Amino acid sequence: MSVVRPDKSKLFYRELPRSWWLSKQSYFLFMLRELSSLFIAIFLVVFLVQLYQLTRGPEAYAAFARKLSSPGWILFNLITLLFALYHSITWFYSSAIVLPLRIGEREIPRNLFVALNIGVLIVVSLVIWRLFLAFNG
Amino acid sequence: MTEAKNTEPLWWGLFSAGGVVAAFLVPVHIILFGFAVPLGWVSDSGMLYRNGLIKIYLFVLIALPLYHWAHRFYFALNDMKLGLPRKPLALLCYGGAIVGTLATIWVLLSL
Repeated sequence: MSVVRPDKSKLFYRELPRSWWLSKQSYFLFMLRELSSLFIAIFLVVFLVQLYQLTRGPEAYAAFARKLSSPGWILFNLITLLFALYHSITWFYSSAIVLPLRIGEREIPRNLFVALNIGVLIVVSLVIWRLFLAFNG
Repeated sequence: MTEAKNTEPLWWGLFSAGGVVAAFLVPVHIILFGFAVPLGWVSDSGMLYRNGLIKIYLFVLIALPLYHWAHRFYFALNDMKLGLPRKPLALLCYGGAIVGTLATIWVLLSL
């Protein structure tokens, strides 16, 4: 299957200033949402480094965890948590549009869909927390 | 360029799967490993991560959101009109996610 795209040279482009995403609140929130993925990725890479320390022994692992208790890392993780939650909420809103949930013929309201997803997020988080404590207790 | 178009569904699928993992699983892990373990609210010997099933879980948790980042970061930087060359940028983003995946496999297998 090939998609026929219009000839680019015949399209009209309006030049956007580089600061276009600062010109409107919704554009800025869009960029924040995109930026959330960077913070999440950095957190996961740091977590991977932490797991790598485990290959060097339990002492190295514990020492790395202590390093993460510095104010700078706590601040970074706080910002990352806020970004991650922002990602979750915006992801649920876009899922409500991409994969609407139907009961019979009717789509359930978007806000209810998001509320259900937040419920799942909370339950999944509590289960993971409990399992972590159960295995490490 | 045609080759890049053919692989688009793959990257989009990984982006989407990574978005789901990030939305449902990442927040509690930030609370656990960003606050609870470093601040000593809970103890973590690390023994848990030697279990095979946990390793598969950790692979999904770490690797998939990297593709989510790659996709978003690539398109966000393009949208910012910074004049960055597209192909090297794509290579950096998606290649970075692939390197991250390989590093994750390597670390998990050496645990």
